[in-house]
Amino acid sequence: MDDFLLRAILAGLGVAVLSGPLGCLVIWRHMAFFGATLAHSALLGIALGLLLDVNLTLGLIAVSAAIAVLLVSAEGRRGIATDTLLSILSHSALAAGLIALAFVQGVRVDLMGYLFGDILAVGPGDVALIGAVAALGLGALAFLWRPLLRIAVHEEMAAVEGVPVVAVRIAFMVLLAVVVAIALKVVGILLVTALLVIPAAAARRFATTPETMAAFAAVIGAVAVLGGIGASFVYDLPAGAAIVCVAALVFVAAMAVPGARALRRGRGV
Amino acid sequence: MPGLRRTQEDRVVTVPGPSANTVLVSASAIAKSIAGNPVLSDVSIAVHGGEVVTVIGPNGAGKSTLLRVLMGVLKADAGTVVRRPGLTIGYVPQRMEIDAALPLTVTRFLGLSCRDPARIREALNEVGVPGAGQMPVQALSGGEFRRVMLARAILRAPELLVLDEPLAGVDVAGQAELYDLIGALRRRYGAGVLMVSHDLHLVMAETDNVVCLNHHVCCAGHPEAVSRDPAYTQLFGAAVAVYTHDHDHVHDGAGRVVALGDDHGVPDHSHEHAPATPVPESEAKERVRGG
Repeated sequence: MDDFLLRAILAGLGVAVLSGPLGCLVIWRHMAFFGATLAHSALLGIALGLLLDVNLTLGLIAVSAAIAVLLVSAEGRRGIATDTLLSILSHSALAAGLIALAFVQGVRVDLMGYLFGDILAVGPGDVALIGAVAALGLGALAFLWRPLLRIAVHEEMAAVEGVPVVAVRIAFMVLLAVVVAIALKVVGILLVTALLVIPAAAARRFATTPETMAAFAAVIGAVAVLGGIGASFVYDLPAGAAIVCVAALVFVAAMAVPGARALRRGRGV
Repeated sequence: MPGLRRTQEDRVVTVPGPSANTVLVSASAIAKSIAGNPVLSDVSIAVHGGEVVTVIGPNGAGKSTLLRVLMGVLKADAGTVVRRPGLTIGYVPQRMEIDAALPLTVTRFLGLSCRDPARIREALNEVGVPGAGQMPVQALSGGEFRRVMLARAILRAPELLVLDEPLAGVDVAGQAELYDLIGALRRRYGAGVLMVSHDLHLVMAETDNVVCLNHHVCCAGHPEAVSRDPAYTQLFGAAVAVYTHDHDHVHDGAGRVVALGDDHGVPDHSHEHAPATPVPESEAKERVRGG
């Protein structure tokens, strides 16, 4: 197998095992749009990284995490609905990122690569970084899983019962920012949310516990990565788009499966 | 009827423990505005160990806000809130909107508070929904859900049980059952109860102290006294205030009046509701007018 293909697969799988479980929390907490906002602001992070001459992925993680923390503290203030706030931030950040990128001198910036991903171009350093981030991210998620579930069930009740809600929420946002930053390599800014949401939504059909849903989401994400890269290789398709399309096909197939347990279980006791 | 399991302790009048006179939570002269609108002003309230305090008031009177301030979820703008150090609170919120995409059975839901499956089964038995363990939480009816929430509260062994409209979303017959369950649990576990209701008569029998709230405390005291207070009458209208005790019957599914038995209103009573029995015509007529 060609080296670039192997690197692409490893990078894709690294992202999928983290984005699956995290995506479950995103849909349980109705935060899909929040993920999209983080992704759109990533371009600004990339531009700043180029201007300051630091590792782009690290710069991106730093900027996304800063924006995540900013969003948590801005949420629920000034009488602006959260989706309005996210929409304003999302598109302003994208526009500001495009302008900032125009100021970067001397570097030929691959805008299409950032917008749509370029998984076939990931280098050995990227693979190592994605692997490390995925391992650390999964560890952090396992550590935070129970409090995150309790917050997803009822935030106020969790607070009354002593869950440090604000700290856990910020940690979750940062984790989300991190997964967005590494997923950019794979599917690009415009398709990152798909990698979070679609495998998790497809997994819901087969899951009876939060944990099995998280595991299925990781597996479905991995299947999408393998199928997408395969299709891209064989039919010369854009790889990021192919991955998202395979995930969407899995979702449609999951919805079509008759009698999926979890949703059909009646009230019979 | 999914009743409360009878046990010996249940019939014993709880002797006030050492905690009976300790203040679990108290607030004095608190004020709270939300988005610039004053919601609470000069509100004082205290809940002691083993005591049932009911906050009543019309919609938008600040009842839930008061609970949040007392539990420490919201900070008061002015005044002081004192909670006993290390106080364990069992909170039953008014609503829970758990996303349908979250696969969560009742047992797993309770497992978030308690890791012992045997205790979870026991608690579900105790609140009268022994078969609910494998049901998705989203599939529970209003009454079943409240019972599960009470089971959850039991598992936490709280010193203070905070119930926000515990009877909302439950049909009238279910309300009476649920209400008796709350009383029995309180007697068995000796927890202080702080509860919000918009209907004094439903909760009167088990309540030691009523605080009538409409942004400020309109009147407070023993339920019988509050129901005759002019401030209460003004807030809720004379039509409601005429009845001193509304807990002598329930309506069945067809709207017929069903007697509950004659021991209601007696403190520390303990019973199971009899199955639906016909009620004398005269009483039924009278109740229809009132209800």
